[in-house]
Amino acid sequence: MTTIDKTRNVPEPRGAADGSTPLLEVRDLHVEFHTRDGVAKAVNGVNYTVNSGETLAVLGESGSGKSVTAQAIMGILDMPPGRIPQGQILYRGEDMLTMSADARRKIRGRKIAMIFQDALSALNPVLSVGYQLGEMFRVHEGLSKKDAKAKAIELMDRVKIPAAKERVGDYPHQFSGGMRQRIMIAMALALEPDLIIADEPTTALDVTVQAQVMDLLAELQREYNMGLILITHDLGVVADVADKIAVMYAGRIVETAPVHELYKRPAHPYTRGLLDSIPRLDQKGQELYAIKGLPPNLTRIPSGCAFNPRCPMAQDVCRTDVPPLHPVTERDGSELVGRGSACHFWKETIHG
Amino acid sequence: MPDVTKAQTTDEALLDAVAPPAVEVPAGQDEKKSDKPRSLWGDAWYDLRHRPMFWVSSVLLFLLIVIAAFPGLFTSVDPRDGDLVNHYLSKPELTHFFQPDWFGYDQQGRSIYARVVHGTRASILVGVGVTAVVTLVGALLGMLAGYFGGWVDSVISRLTDIFFGIPFLLGTMVVLNAFTERKVYVVILALAFLGWTSIARVTRSSVITAKQADYVTAARALGAGTSRILFRHVMPNAIAPTIVVATIALGGYISAEATLSFLGLGLSDPTISWGIDISEGSKVIRDNPHTLLFPAGMLSLTVFAFIMLGDAVRDALDPKLR
Amino acid sequence: MADVEKTDESMDATPNVTEVETVDAATDEEAVAAIEAPVERGEPILQVRNLVKHFPLTQGILFKRQVGAVKAVDGVSFDLYQGETLGIVGESGCGKSTVAKLLMMLETATAGEIFYKGQDITKLSGRALKAVRRNIQMVFQDPYTSLNPRMTVGDIIGETFEIHPEVAPKGDRRRKVQELLDVVGLNPEYINRYPHQFSGGQRQRIGIARGLALNPEIIICDEPVSALDVSVQAQVINLMEKLQDEFNLSYLFIAHDLSIVRHISDRVGVMYLGKMAEIGSDAEIYDHPTHPYTQALLSAVPVPDPEAREGRDRIILTGDVPSPANPPSGCRFRTRCWKAQDKCAEEVPLLAVPERFKGSDTPAAHESACHFAEEKDVVHAA
Repeated sequence: MTTIDKTRNVPEPRGAADGSTPLLEVRDLHVEFHTRDGVAKAVNGVNYTVNSGETLAVLGESGSGKSVTAQAIMGILDMPPGRIPQGQILYRGEDMLTMSADARRKIRGRKIAMIFQDALSALNPVLSVGYQLGEMFRVHEGLSKKDAKAKAIELMDRVKIPAAKERVGDYPHQFSGGMRQRIMIAMALALEPDLIIADEPTTALDVTVQAQVMDLLAELQREYNMGLILITHDLGVVADVADKIAVMYAGRIVETAPVHELYKRPAHPYTRGLLDSIPRLDQKGQELYAIKGLPPNLTRIPSGCAFNPRCPMAQDVCRTDVPPLHPVTERDGSELVGRGSACHFWKETIHG
Repeated sequence: MPDVTKAQTTDEALLDAVAPPAVEVPAGQDEKKSDKPRSLWGDAWYDLRHRPMFWVSSVLLFLLIVIAAFPGLFTSVDPRDGDLVNHYLSKPELTHFFQPDWFGYDQQGRSIYARVVHGTRASILVGVGVTAVVTLVGALLGMLAGYFGGWVDSVISRLTDIFFGIPFLLGTMVVLNAFTERKVYVVILALAFLGWTSIARVTRSSVITAKQADYVTAARALGAGTSRILFRHVMPNAIAPTIVVATIALGGYISAEATLSFLGLGLSDPTISWGIDISEGSKVIRDNPHTLLFPAGMLSLTVFAFIMLGDAVRDALDPKLR
Repeated sequence: MADVEKTDESMDATPNVTEVETVDAATDEEAVAAIEAPVERGEPILQVRNLVKHFPLTQGILFKRQVGAVKAVDGVSFDLYQGETLGIVGESGCGKSTVAKLLMMLETATAGEIFYKGQDITKLSGRALKAVRRNIQMVFQDPYTSLNPRMTVGDIIGETFEIHPEVAPKGDRRRKVQELLDVVGLNPEYINRYPHQFSGGQRQRIGIARGLALNPEIIICDEPVSALDVSVQAQVINLMEKLQDEFNLSYLFIAHDLSIVRHISDRVGVMYLGKMAEIGSDAEIYDHPTHPYTQALLSAVPVPDPEAREGRDRIILTGDVPSPANPPSGCRFRTRCWKAQDKCAEEVPLLAVPERFKGSDTPAAHESACHFAEEKDVVHAA
């Protein structure tokens, strides 16, 4: 009912800028799955960092490895069939992959929390919402039942669930999709984590509810100064809240950029193709541009650049050499902060 | 109404990443293996072939079926011929492979080896027979109940509940008690009389799941008739759990037959059955354990083989892993 | 490449609901003949009048008694013209999928009529019904569940010919299936493969081939691309546009993605809680919306262009869609509407050209079910 202005101040990312260790750093992460049809290489050398108060959007289609990376960070990968042959996941400089299971459990949930797409299946249907929220406090902080319930109500207020006091005893199915997603957010927030990973948090919701939930998430993130990793396939959702974007394809990051830059001037043919292939709301288009072909089978990723069979710019070199993430510069060579493109022809793509 | 806006859940995304098909790969690059059309049954078969359990149980069962079909190939001795003078409770000669005295003799001087070989047929027949009848009846009723719903479902489900409520062995004993001469088919029907309920329940629930699938809606939208929908779309997709339950139950029916025979309510003379022999052997078990050991051992081996096969089939067909 | 440009001018003038010229067929033959008769481009081919579908809510196991009804569709009327694409948008629970099921005769309507070439198909049976079924086909949302996993692609598409054997003689069917695969851009040699050997986009092509097999006049598309990846969505949308031109199809395109609906549709209807809130040409709805719900919906769409969105007003609705079992009195949107007044709770607004725009030729003069309809551009940057 409120008409709000869309121009808001994005807080300056803190942490890395002053040279200290970032909140989370993923270094050269590889994940593979052993299947009947061979080894599926889901993640092939992903690097990214997130600082406090910063939102990183990881954009990719199904099979791009965006969710697998998040699961590896959370330590909820099914192993086997999953395997992490190499890479590091550093939480405040400590490698979570090599630390003890106990130390890791202390980080998971308490320091790094996750929000899933499907709130209904992520919540236990036979326990009341208040109980599930309170559980976090009883288990982790040893609060009494009564105090835990009070905390639960406070959290529900926090995520703007109307009549929290009356609804604290309700069960998940008694809430609408948007409200359930709010409860998921409340659960993730309960222990005031440093980092939240949101895996397609609004995909299952209706457009009008999507906007509400995204706004809430962004607001809470600012308030708590948390890091946020937003995993999505929706270019529109990303544009709303992210500070920087990492585009993934076939288990690699193919482009990184601050959010506005990416939409204005994509530096990778895949990103450009994606942007061109979505119809516009504000004008009637002609025929849509379509990226030809299909995402690759992860057991048989094409040699060289994984995107080469679908790429309009592909040359021989693309079929043989894997392009590294080149730093992207202006035409005159001046640096573009935070931009990178894993394309042999990034110059032609951005300045073309 | 559920028009859920659907996109990839984490699981799906993962599945998509891991097990996607390998089409649209430039020709020639394609491996031979993925080029062949692979049905879900084909996948299950692939899975089975890679399980040692499946092979062990298959070889065992094959052997048992051959014994059941052609007992004459394994022994030439008549299992009903007793020689009390020479063989009364003779101990087994374990080195005399396939000889009549290999497993020793029983109280009536009959070759236990010959009786074990000839008893196989009854056990296998009962097991397979009960499973066949039970699957036919249970699947049919379950399918009708699941597909048509409404009052058909109410009637069949209540009927299932009533039969399910009767204790299986006790009920079967009551039925069998009405017969004086109990041949194989009598025992089969008696066991099937109360055994169909679990199959009916499993089939009903899987049919309900299958009939709600979009491809069934698609067939209805095309104007497909009930029988086409039922037999081309619903049944092939709903039958897997039924098969799994049936295979696992098979072993159970064999031991049920032995139990009944042991209690004197199953097969009766002149039919030869492990259950009867176990019953006889148990009377002299203290001094002559071999009279019990061999028929009981064969029984356990058979049941074990069937249950192992059932497990392997379940793992291969389990929709949750698919 | 097919020319996908729409003839907007000709469509703009078409009213939402026109007079139904009913056909009274005395016999089956007459009915079938009427169904097979061609319809001029731009003439109404499907006319839906006051369509209602209530799902009864029952209580009790043995003696069921009705305690209420979910009013999934509650009096919806629209026309579909030959050769056009009518988009239906709305959030979950608005009844758009139920409309599709009713048109496909997968559900029986509680009340109302569906005229196909002047005949009420809810009253047809026998051969006439079969003829209608042949002419109205559907493409489903989820390509992973709408294809039978136990059947090969050849069997899935070929089954349509088994159900309607008059369309293709037996010996000809395999060739026809391969032709269809070719038409939708799949290798005809994939005929013996199973659905799980294909990716989502390819499966949806198979679903489209099945929809095309009987050479229908209307295809109802229920969220045909929402389960697909972005890069694949565009391929499928382009294919559908190409096929529309090639086979002279009329589409009823149901979706929640407003950008895609704008792209493909000639006219768009917006549904809310079982009722049509606003209907008009794509430019009328997207550039000149007059219903508050349409405005809120459009303004909530995340636009992948941070520059364009800066200047946009965003209307954030509070609360959730009320339950269709117990919809609000009067205007159904009033509980979430910022314009709501007492009148909205008392009077159900009719779907009509608002009084204030009547007679004028502004694009705002299209049908909108709001007592206080006024134009507000929420899509374009100020």
